[in-house]
Amino acid sequence: MASVTHSFMKLFRGSPTNPAESLKTVHSAQRLTRRSSGLAELSRAFKSEEPLCILDIGYTSAANIRYLTERGHKVYSEDLLEASTDPALVMADERGQTVLDSKRFLAENLVFSAAQFDMVLCWNLADYLDESLVKPVVGRLWTTLKPGGMLLAFFHTHEAGPDAPCYRYHMVTGDTLEMQHIEARRDQRKGPTRAGHSAKAGFRLQRVFNNRHIENLFRDFTSIKFFLTRDNVREVLVVR
Amino acid sequence: MEAQKTPEFAHIGKSVIIKGELSGSEDLYVDGVVEGTIQMQNNNLVIGPNGQVRASIQAKGVAVQGKVEGNIRATERTELRKSAAVVGDIVTQRIAIEEGAYFKGKVDIQREAPKPVISSLKLDSHGEGKPATAPVAATAAALSTTVSK
Repeated sequence: MASVTHSFMKLFRGSPTNPAESLKTVHSAQRLTRRSSGLAELSRAFKSEEPLCILDIGYTSAANIRYLTERGHKVYSEDLLEASTDPALVMADERGQTVLDSKRFLAENLVFSAAQFDMVLCWNLADYLDESLVKPVVGRLWTTLKPGGMLLAFFHTHEAGPDAPCYRYHMVTGDTLEMQHIEARRDQRKGPTRAGHSAKAGFRLQRVFNNRHIENLFRDFTSIKFFLTRDNVREVLVVR
Repeated sequence: MEAQKTPEFAHIGKSVIIKGELSGSEDLYVDGVVEGTIQMQNNNLVIGPNGQVRASIQAKGVAVQGKVEGNIRATERTELRKSAAVVGDIVTQRIAIEEGAYFKGKVDIQREAPKPVISSLKLDSHGEGKPATAPVAATAAALSTTVSK
């Protein structure tokens, strides 16, 4: 009987033995498609004859680089969520609580000259970034944007729940995005950290912004426009 | 350009550390540590999975499997494989980035340089050659940024 079982199992050799591992693989490979009104609005500017300078601060996306460079624009890519998991950023504040060192973070990341970018693709960064980094990062983004420059950001609503998966966004067309589940890779590069994720579980939602929080976050910007969607995400387009 | 060890590539093994200027006229595979500059003008450079390069790189084609800190200028193609971690600016004609690669920097896609028309030349009064017609700008090379999965 044992040999029959052994022969039967041979058929499955090479497939993951752990069902959770198998599910994880499917989950991370799966891509969902969604329409984005915010991206559609940005896309009008992509048609510009003048090459634009665009900063993508989401997970490195070859699709986004391809989409934008094919249209003659210059693309800067900087994965801020990944950068925020650097263990060297962890420090204690005056009350002894563990926070991330925002000064050090900004000294090592988003180091650009003032008014350099026409657009910033922020995606869902603010929802997953450590609390201590959100406002300093938005402040730096304001500085790096040109007057009239635009920033696209996504925010979950309360209905999304605390376990809303962190996605990376790939631009497919002028108004369509593909979403792919992000798994942290810090374990492969610099080691684990406390900063809002476990390496195996991926990034966790840190908070839910309501509309007033979002308006407050971008109060230095000239205008803010909300786009409601069906998937418990608000798209926000702000103009410096 | 195959991003793996092949007999045609000169090979720098993973225990080798080079500091300074590295140049040559054959394809190069780097699996060790290089700090400085790498200039392989008309040849390909492959940085293997153990490669750690802190250098500005200039080559015809560049494929990265390891780590690079520095700017990459490739006259033809740049490939970032899934294990690649690149911090620096990339200037290239074509780029391919595999799923999982880490990249921090600027991508600047350079279209093909205009080629001068070398057809008929007329001699002017000083005996110097002038093109019969004004050089025509070469059509922009089709961008073929690809996503490998």
